[in-house]
Amino acid sequence: MNRQSATRESNDGFRSQSILSRIKGRLHTVLSETGQAFTLLFQTLVQIFRPPLQFDLLIKQLLLIGVNSLAVVMVSGFFTGMVLGVQGYIQLKPYAVEGSVARFVCVSIVKELGPMITAFVLAGRIGASITAELSTMKVTEQIDALEVMGTNPVKYLVVPRFLACTIMLPTLTIFSTFAGIGGGFTAVVTLFDVNGSFFLLEAQKNLYVGSVLISLIKATSFGMAIAAVGCYKGFSISTAGGAEGVGRATTGSAVISLVTILILDFVLNHILFNIMGLV
Amino acid sequence: MISVKNVSKSFGSKIVLDGLDLDVPNGETLVVMGRSGTGKSVLLKLIAGLIPVDSGEIWFDGTEISNLKTKEMNRLRQKIGMLFQSAALFDSMTVAENVAFMLSQHTNYTKQERLKIVDEKLELVDLEGVQNLRPAELSGGMRKRVGLARALAFNPDVILYDEPTTGLDPVTCTEINQLISDLNERLQVTSIVVTHDMHSAFSVGTLMVMIHDGRQLAYGTPDEIINIENPILQQFVLFGAPDQILKMENPILKAYTGR
Repeated sequence: MNRQSATRESNDGFRSQSILSRIKGRLHTVLSETGQAFTLLFQTLVQIFRPPLQFDLLIKQLLLIGVNSLAVVMVSGFFTGMVLGVQGYIQLKPYAVEGSVARFVCVSIVKELGPMITAFVLAGRIGASITAELSTMKVTEQIDALEVMGTNPVKYLVVPRFLACTIMLPTLTIFSTFAGIGGGFTAVVTLFDVNGSFFLLEAQKNLYVGSVLISLIKATSFGMAIAAVGCYKGFSISTAGGAEGVGRATTGSAVISLVTILILDFVLNHILFNIMGLV
Repeated sequence: MISVKNVSKSFGSKIVLDGLDLDVPNGETLVVMGRSGTGKSVLLKLIAGLIPVDSGEIWFDGTEISNLKTKEMNRLRQKIGMLFQSAALFDSMTVAENVAFMLSQHTNYTKQERLKIVDEKLELVDLEGVQNLRPAELSGGMRKRVGLARALAFNPDVILYDEPTTGLDPVTCTEINQLISDLNERLQVTSIVVTHDMHSAFSVGTLMVMIHDGRQLAYGTPDEIINIENPILQQFVLFGAPDQILKMENPILKAYTGR
């Protein structure tokens, strides 16, 4: 009996030790990957200011990221606005403040959901595609080929994607915000008894330059994060990773981008509202 | 031209190269042989500066390259052409754009001038009329040829071949071997060919080195290599042929080289 309990205790000890070492290992991996991602981000920022900037590559990425994502971003924004309008009206009506629905919709869309929805769409659509493309290039030795031909892969591949995401995310956010407000307006005016002019007047009254600034600062930061995560995950795969590695990197990229956007949103909210006092 | 001195390289706990020494004189074609995983491709990547050495020195044309800054390394890389195992053509570009890539990145040539060079290089590898095709539209042999044309585009002094005949049918293998020999003769370049295809090794190599356990096991001309009495080397080169065959005026060497 005593021997059995001693064995059980010893097994428990081994198990907790192995769990502890697994957590330690995982933490080590996460910290080392974060460090590598920041190193790549630093290299990218350095390369942006090193001439020449290859405008043809930048324009290609701007078109790919911006123009091709416009429709999906606007549709997402429009329906988010509609949902917000419907929910807002239903929740506010019992307190007889349904007149504030315009303020609710517009402020939420401009400060939060506009940049957030755009970033989510682009993280799934562009972040994952950047990772898939770069990791495939890594596996098929195309990135090695670039280096052997004296071309810096960060300058040639990462800089145009990083700049395009950083420029296009705020641009697309403007479109998705307008679409969102339009969606909220359409839902509230057509489904409920709210006057359209009143909605627009309320919206105008409650939106400030600071609100737009917050939206654009957030969108720019999300754009940088999506590109940085997408490019890092693409570059971090080993040449021997094969198709399985590409798949894993792509999924990882989408998940990490989404989590990063949420964390970044919280941090930016704290900085912009609590520290800087923007409204 | 290229000197590898006491070079070691490990990946984690796996030691790939363990104090390797070898020399490649100007104009020679060195064939690097060895079993899979003995660090042949790693050696090429070390010479091309794609990965750093753990210890030791690599000399290229009188310059020690293992501590070079990126800018200096990039300048030096313009003297190197490399044919990758998978050809490593850029999927998003046409054949012409692939071949002209280095020219568009490092010269001020006009588009017309670049296209003229592309035509010349494609002709050199016996490919014509494929300028506007995408890599996905090419066969394995054609991809290797385009990869070779791209490696030649900047008129390199050194060409590195990473398993140039892997994955090709025997006829295409022979064509690629012939092409490599012809190019080496015509362009008088220094070449390093990594392969474990003995047909390829004996038909293109003027010098051979066998790597085993991360070190140089044997080094010499094909005739010297075939006469070195080392069981590991003999097993590798002659697919385990017994001693009496080795002593019969090197019939297998004769079969490989036609000499």
